[in-house]
Amino acid sequence: MTFVPKPKARHPLLKTNEIGLTRRDYEAIVSTLCAGCGHDSVSAAVIQACHELSIPPHQFAKVSGIGCSSKTPSYFLGNAHGFNSVHGRMPSIATGAYLANKELKYIGISGDGDSASIGLGQFAHIIRRKVDMCYIVDNNGTYGLTKGQFSATNDRGSTSKRGVPNLYAPIDLVSLAIQLGASFVARSFSGDKQQLIPLIKAAVLHKGFAFIDVISPCVMFNNHEGSTKSYTHVRNHTEPVIDASLIMPRDEITVEYEEGTTISVPMHDGSELQLRKLSDSYEPNDRVSALTYVQQAQEEGEIATGLLFLEEDAVNCHDILGTSDTPFNGLEQESLCPGVEKLEQINDSLR
Amino acid sequence: MQPTDIRDPNYFHKVVDCQWACPAHTPVPEYIRLIAQERYTEAYMINWESNVFPGILGRTCDRPCEPACRRVRTEEKPVAICRLKRVAADHKGDITPYLPKVPKKKNGKRIALLGAGPASLAVARDLLPLGYTIDMFDRDPGGGGMMRSQIPAFRLPKDVLEEEVDLIVNMGVNARYNYEISSMKEMLDMDYDAYFVGTGAPRGRDLDLPGRKEVSKHISIGIDWLSSVAFGHTTSISGKVIVMGGGNTAMDCCRTSNRLGAECVTVVVRSAFDVMKASDWEKEDAMAEGIPILNNRPPKEFVHENGKLKGVVFGRVKPIEADGRLKYVPTGEPDVFIEANHILMAIGQENHCPWIERDLGIEFDKWDCPVIDEDSLQSTHEKIFFGGDSAFGPENIIWASAHAHKAAISIHLFCQGKDPKHDRPPEAVNLISQKMGIHEWSYDAEHDPSQRHIVPHADLKRSLDNIKVEVELGFDEDLGFKEAQRCLNCDVQTVFTEKLCIECDACVDICPMDCITFTPNAPEAELRTALTAPAETLDQDLYVSETLPTNRVMVKDEDLCLHCGLCAERCPTNAWDMQKSIIHIPQLSSYAE
Ligand SMILES: Cc1cc2nc3c(=O)[nH]c(=O)nc-3n(C[C@H](O)[C@H](O)[C@H](O)COP(=O)(O)OP(=O)(O)OC[C@H]3O[C@@H](n4cnc5c(N)ncnc54)[C@H](O)[C@@H]3O)c2cc1C
Ligand SMILES: Cc1ncc(C[n+]2csc(CCOP(=O)(O)OP(=O)(O)O)c2C)c(N)n1
Ligand code: SF4
Ligand code: SF4
Ligand code: SF4
Ligand SMILES: [Mg+2]
Repeated sequence: MTFVPKPKARHPLLKTNEIGLTRRDYEAIVSTLCAGCGHDSVSAAVIQACHELSIPPHQFAKVSGIGCSSKTPSYFLGNAHGFNSVHGRMPSIATGAYLANKELKYIGISGDGDSASIGLGQFAHIIRRKVDMCYIVDNNGTYGLTKGQFSATNDRGSTSKRGVPNLYAPIDLVSLAIQLGASFVARSFSGDKQQLIPLIKAAVLHKGFAFIDVISPCVMFNNHEGSTKSYTHVRNHTEPVIDASLIMPRDEITVEYEEGTTISVPMHDGSELQLRKLSDSYEPNDRVSALTYVQQAQEEGEIATGLLFLEEDAVNCHDILGTSDTPFNGLEQESLCPGVEKLEQINDSLR
Repeated sequence: MQPTDIRDPNYFHKVVDCQWACPAHTPVPEYIRLIAQERYTEAYMINWESNVFPGILGRTCDRPCEPACRRVRTEEKPVAICRLKRVAADHKGDITPYLPKVPKKKNGKRIALLGAGPASLAVARDLLPLGYTIDMFDRDPGGGGMMRSQIPAFRLPKDVLEEEVDLIVNMGVNARYNYEISSMKEMLDMDYDAYFVGTGAPRGRDLDLPGRKEVSKHISIGIDWLSSVAFGHTTSISGKVIVMGGGNTAMDCCRTSNRLGAECVTVVVRSAFDVMKASDWEKEDAMAEGIPILNNRPPKEFVHENGKLKGVVFGRVKPIEADGRLKYVPTGEPDVFIEANHILMAIGQENHCPWIERDLGIEFDKWDCPVIDEDSLQSTHEKIFFGGDSAFGPENIIWASAHAHKAAISIHLFCQGKDPKHDRPPEAVNLISQKMGIHEWSYDAEHDPSQRHIVPHADLKRSLDNIKVEVELGFDEDLGFKEAQRCLNCDVQTVFTEKLCIECDACVDICPMDCITFTPNAPEAELRTALTAPAETLDQDLYVSETLPTNRVMVKDEDLCLHCGLCAERCPTNAWDMQKSIIHIPQLSSYAE
């Protein structure tokens, strides 16, 4: 925990984005997490990604559950909306907020405990309901906040700080998300911002449920030898399969890849997502083959990273329910509460 | 790039921008911290050790440290380093217990100091504690050189001057005042073991223009006139005064005239305002006293009627930049005539030593300057050393102190039969961790965003009425504390230990100034553009680590670091630590014990 506030002074050559803001304008209070926590790097990546997207901070809503990871929305986008909910219940809050206002960009931050244990049911259903948001799990294989119990994503045989091995097989949230119908599924590493930042940008722009599983070492309880979620282990076992980069309308395309290796996906806001295959056999648009690949890699002790599955033009919750395009806060009293007569009418139509 | 060698004393010394820029390498942040702790006496002694005249310099220094101050780059205005020195001097207690002991028993070596300016005085101070016998000669009736004869009392009160001059003289200098040195040969015949020439640059330049001879009784050379004011021979000036020249002497001349009864005073400068030699604050002070400064006006002719000065004709030019240099070309407008009854000529000085015979083995170069070894300040005559303005031409007091420390070491080495150039003691650096607890540092790491505080001035009318009224009042303790808090503690260094780093990026993410980047190594020019924020200040170093496990290096751009310690605070493994660098600049005092 750091007590000194971060000075307001900044580098005079810091880049401003299209709306004249620097990266510093996307920051918030200084983190109170343990020094070196991977979650802080994820926050830094979110800050950088949102800055690069040139979306004003107040057009974001941050939602989270409980855990060290779920605390992090306090440490980025200080001028955004936010709701820190109860353990494992972020999806309910996110769904509600999204139904009330589809114009905000939703960033959900959860933990492996929050999403794979207590909140697994909610996790499954928000995917099923196709809420348009960017859902990030800071996956450290442990309950950091409650001092280091194994979480459900911890690998079998991976040891605790005291050397005791975990007896259960892990839940792989990426596989679950692909299987349950998420339209954007990615995995990355907190220590690799080069990969992570474009993924967050693309996930924010993606229309539909975008899930990113970010392996994010817990320096305090799960960064030792014997852990499969330590900085060293993850660095040595990641296998990037798809490299994603987001080309904004104003960007110049500087790198040209070999024909056949890149897939270019137009995003609804005019930017273009370029996916570069690093592995020949990988098909990021095919749910079954993506799932197979990810699980095979896991069998071999490797961690497949990158944008693992993408389905553009997915339907979302509002499309399915036919709910209001105008945010509730933009509706007149009359349409929000049309009165007894209208209620009677509806009731009658159902009789 | 090669990994940075932080044991090279210059590496961290350069990071302490002010100390590096100070000719005497005063450990600035160290004394500023002491001021913040109200430990004024210790703050004063740190200054006294390095620059010898803290009270005087706290009012008059040219302050090369301030434009170098990191705060100019991170925010805007530098820390008021110079005026904080004055705070230490104004509020200090009894310093006698801290002064070096001068042995009763002499070491048998006799040294002659020629001139009693700051250079000679500082040599005396360094040599006396080692038992040297010091004889100091000067034509003036007291010690201090130009600090006494030139700098006006409204900038430097007499008691402040005398306190610091007397302190040294009373350490046991045999002062021979009112002693005109007219022959170096005579001095050599007195058979001293070594000589230090600290006679300054006492000849003011003149300008030979039409009419010059005829009006000579209405023209004074600036420095001669100021010294006659200082010694009480001149007490008034009347009519319209033109001061010609754009340096600090011109500023002192015009402000002195303003106080001695001139009807009006105008400063006329050949060159543009921005390139005038005078320091910004000297110009500001003169203008605040209502003195106009006219620029781009080269003088052409002194106009007189039968020897009675009427005024001066000036041409009009404008500066244009050609090949990066300023050139002045006529504007084509008609010349201007400015009325004047008296002219003060302040267009420069020379270190002219007509009394040094040219056949004694002391070589002079084609500009008539003595040939001196830059490291030892030894002339081509092995017994004779130069320092202060006499060495390389007019500079200032702080350079005089810096030369003196060098020369004193040389004289000591020489008197011991050692080589003043090659046997000099080396510089060194010590690093001491400032960590006191998990989040506790032994320095005030928190960044203070306040603006530079302004030094209060005496009432304008009161100071113009009396030349002895000091214009600047100095910071009181409260303002002094506030200004001290602005110091960034640049001597508390960020020290990186590669083998501890787990490359978690915490330091990169927290750094408010984007100083730190982990990136593949590359040549310096490439690295400078590959960092989180571009490193465009080329004279500020990059701190580069050994290669890390991911095949990258840590690169820190020293340029804008606030020394806030956040990197070290957020580092889980102490790979970053905040360590105070103590730069050991050799001084004779370290030989005294
Ligand atoms: C008007 C003016 C204002 C200045 N203001 C500042 C200022 O605000 N801050 C600053 O840092 N610097 C200032 N300076 C410069 C500063 O005073 C000098 O750089 C400094 O004093 C040089 O020190 P020194 O010991 O080399 O020589 P000096 O101070 O010049 O001392 C030389 C001494 O040698 C004596 N001497 C010379 N020749 C002989 C001889 N033949 N026989 C006997 N004695 C002799 C002189 O009488 C003099 O006392 C100013 C200079 C001038 C002219
Ligand atoms: C309903 C409820 N049950 C249990 C807890 C205790 N609890 C707090 S955080 C946490 C686990 C957090 O783990 P994770 O989501 O992985 O977050 P991390 O701290 O590892 O980032 C638990 C079990 C709680 N706060 N609320
Ligand atoms: S306990 Fe672990 S997860 Fe929580 S802040 Fe510390 S390092 Fe991060
Ligand atoms: S001390 Fe560390 S965190 Fe602070 S500015 Fe310097 S490098 Fe950045
Ligand atoms: S915070 Fe420490 S361990 Fe982490 S990258 Fe920086 S120096 Fe290395
Ligand atoms: Mg966790």
